[in-house]
Amino acid sequence: MKLELRAVTKKFGSFVANDAIDLVVEPGQIHALLGENGAGKSTLMNVLYGLYAADGGQILIDGEPVHFSGPGQAMAAGIGMVHQHFMLIPVFTVAENVVLGHEPTSGALINLDEARQLVRDISARFGFEVDPDALVEELPVGIQQRVEIIKALSRDAEVLILDEPTAVLTPQETDELMGIMRDLKQQGTSIVFITHKLREVQEVADTITVIRHGKVVGTALPTASQEELASLMVGRAVDLKVDKDAAREAEVALRVADLTLVDHSGLTLLDHITFDVKRGEILAIAGVQGNGQTELTEALMGLRKPTAGSITLDGDELVGKSVRQIIDAGVGFVPEDRSRDGMVASFSVAENMVLDQIGHDPFSHGGALAMATIAEHATTQVEQFDVRTGSIEAPMSSLSGGNQQKVVLARELSRELRLLLASQPTRGVDVGSIEFIHERIVAERDKGTPVIIVSTELDEVTALADRIAVMYRGRFVGIVGPDTSRSDLGLMMAGVDPNNKEEQR
Amino acid sequence: MSEQNTPAAAAPEPPAWRQVFAKIVNGSTLTSILSVVLALIIGAILIAAADSDVQEKASWFFYQPGDLFGAIWDTVAGAYSALFQGAVFNIDRSYTVQDFFAPLWDSIATSTPLIFAGLGLGMGFRAGLFNIGAQGQIILGGTLCGFLGYALHLPPGIHMALCVLGAFVGGAFWGFIPGILRAQTGANEVIVTIMLNSTAIYLLGWLLTQPSFKQTGSINPISPPVDETARFPAFFGTPINLGFLLALAAAFGVWWLMERSTLGFSIRAVGANPEAARTAGMSVPAATVWVMTLAGGLAGLAATSQLMSRVSDQLTTDVASTFGFDAITVALLGRSKPAGIVAAGLLFGGLRAGGYTMQAFTSTPIDVILVLQSVIVLFIAAPPLVRAIFRLPDPERRRKVKEVAA
Repeated sequence: MKLELRAVTKKFGSFVANDAIDLVVEPGQIHALLGENGAGKSTLMNVLYGLYAADGGQILIDGEPVHFSGPGQAMAAGIGMVHQHFMLIPVFTVAENVVLGHEPTSGALINLDEARQLVRDISARFGFEVDPDALVEELPVGIQQRVEIIKALSRDAEVLILDEPTAVLTPQETDELMGIMRDLKQQGTSIVFITHKLREVQEVADTITVIRHGKVVGTALPTASQEELASLMVGRAVDLKVDKDAAREAEVALRVADLTLVDHSGLTLLDHITFDVKRGEILAIAGVQGNGQTELTEALMGLRKPTAGSITLDGDELVGKSVRQIIDAGVGFVPEDRSRDGMVASFSVAENMVLDQIGHDPFSHGGALAMATIAEHATTQVEQFDVRTGSIEAPMSSLSGGNQQKVVLARELSRELRLLLASQPTRGVDVGSIEFIHERIVAERDKGTPVIIVSTELDEVTALADRIAVMYRGRFVGIVGPDTSRSDLGLMMAGVDPNNKEEQR
Repeated sequence: MSEQNTPAAAAPEPPAWRQVFAKIVNGSTLTSILSVVLALIIGAILIAAADSDVQEKASWFFYQPGDLFGAIWDTVAGAYSALFQGAVFNIDRSYTVQDFFAPLWDSIATSTPLIFAGLGLGMGFRAGLFNIGAQGQIILGGTLCGFLGYALHLPPGIHMALCVLGAFVGGAFWGFIPGILRAQTGANEVIVTIMLNSTAIYLLGWLLTQPSFKQTGSINPISPPVDETARFPAFFGTPINLGFLLALAAAFGVWWLMERSTLGFSIRAVGANPEAARTAGMSVPAATVWVMTLAGGLAGLAATSQLMSRVSDQLTTDVASTFGFDAITVALLGRSKPAGIVAAGLLFGGLRAGGYTMQAFTSTPIDVILVLQSVIVLFIAAPPLVRAIFRLPDPERRRKVKEVAA
């Protein structure tokens, strides 16, 4: 099936989200739609899927103009979509979710046997290994995504739209998804792959269309370099490498010794973790999501009480101190889940800029907020960190993810720090902002602040780190230099210390 | 997917009802106003349908349809005009300027306890706490206020101030209990406050049988009247007294606390996103205890406008009337904001005061007022319904579109 979009235009009021976009998806092709957050990729796909009505242009399938007024019609025409946020019912089984909306029936009852068989058939065809009777809520994210794919395929989708499918996946899961995409392609399914991650595009796409500000700004082949793709996306030259000098030799500021955390069910989340961070050094903690990084940062911040071990910053013991005391000791914290832990969405930008400093001079005096100082502070920081917001009084929820992250970072870097702890500092952030955030973090290091970065993105780890610690199942597999190869890091992320390979066997 | 990759333990989502609750509590002013309009329309239909004259005319609708519409108009206009005259200006039956304004003064006096209790509840709502214990808090505030009022004999100013303080402390204590229970053990504040409402009324009922509370010589459970020295001075012979000014001052105080103080900042942050508040070093339990205690204190003050006036200066188990429950509607209608609560309190005070006049001079029963109040709550709880009726755009949807477009 050949899918063609001709001059598709979609406006929201005076804002043009899609401006005369042309796109041709050839049969059996992986077509990457590359663009920054907010470039209009998702809007375009929602138009194609019948969720939005286009204000102009045409959609053609095999040369015939079609018109969808809802997803049902799009599905019937052979278009399937896997949304970034899954549309699954957590308490239903895989089979039930897959047939939801087109249930095979015997009499008045749903024929679940047929549904199970359907799941098994499709799983077998693509080697998915999905249990049709598993409850969706009990499945890992990667598998849930496969259920979504099966759901689309069960409706005989010939064009599959994947909206930012890797945003929620670990590196391994991403690799597996790439494999699935290739298999699907081989069996004749076309894929529209929406993403802003360059490496993935290069790895799997046949054709790349780049969208910026709602317009197609160019097409490229996967052989194009990352720099070329990035500059197309952002509209200017982008330096993906982080310029930084080697860390200077300095004294140790943070010492973590034998940090252990056992949860109430007896599960060891942190297993005798020992490391130190020097002044003016970035220690990056790499690892697959869920291997104890979250718990480690929470323990460092006093959000979780470790079972044993000590954390000393410039000689002061932090274990047993409250979050407030740790923040006041000069620890800046960028939490991994920005919208949950790092900001209050309904608060203004100005209020979020002082969220963890509100009780202190100069932002309040004797319990009364110093409104003028807070506003002044916000104005300065918005300018310094190039936060794109209508006003400092605008609610945080009106900002894009990248700008929200800049606010969080601005807040933490706006005071004298003795330690910066940044977890997933660029998650959900567009390329332009990533560059900026990385520069700021390096600048903080150069001021002599010890920095800990926790990241599941190897690119980020290798770009920023002076030393890399790899976490696996709650322990440090090893701490290695910044020039360690990706394959060695990959092995370590799977729990194998490359230096001790012999012993392990 | 490798087996060692256990997904990070997801944080427990707040229960769905808390999210819905937050939405209702933080709705728009427009929804509030339209809810009142809709309630008045539905009230009009009920008034017409319940009227015997309208029913009679409806039976010969096909002979003379005009009669029916005439009757409906007469009934509804009569009822609402009586309601208005009983709540705001007495146009038909006034002989002096005093008479003309008397209903308005009545409405304002009636609104005072609603404003006090509504302010307290609104604070809790903004902290994400569904405190429905204002009733019990008023009773406890009244108990202490009343006791200090008749048991002590002090000079005028001091006695009054002490009684006000007593009302605040009594209510605050009754708010502190669910606050500390929630902070320490996570006990659901809805259930605890409901239980404490009952506890309060039975506690007071028992106290009023005790010699130190019961009026000597009375067979009823009623206390001696509050001393003259402890009463609010009234203004120019109207039923309005210092209590109303105190309520306005409290509204300003609550505004300042919530918008201009660090404590209010923490309370709002905890209400909007407890996880982020905790990560920013704020103490969620402390904010909870503070908010519940202050809210209880404000509700307790509602008792002052009863006991420290001429209206009902003796303590009975009816000291809180239904103010504690009506105040929930007031706080919701006022969108938990002080100015809104004052406005909503005045409206409800007017409905209460006007309802009696309406019942007295027309055939419309006062129960219609109850229906009006209930319908208002219903519409506030269902903003999509209000939007659909008035064909307003969905603000959330618009925001989403903006996000997509941004």
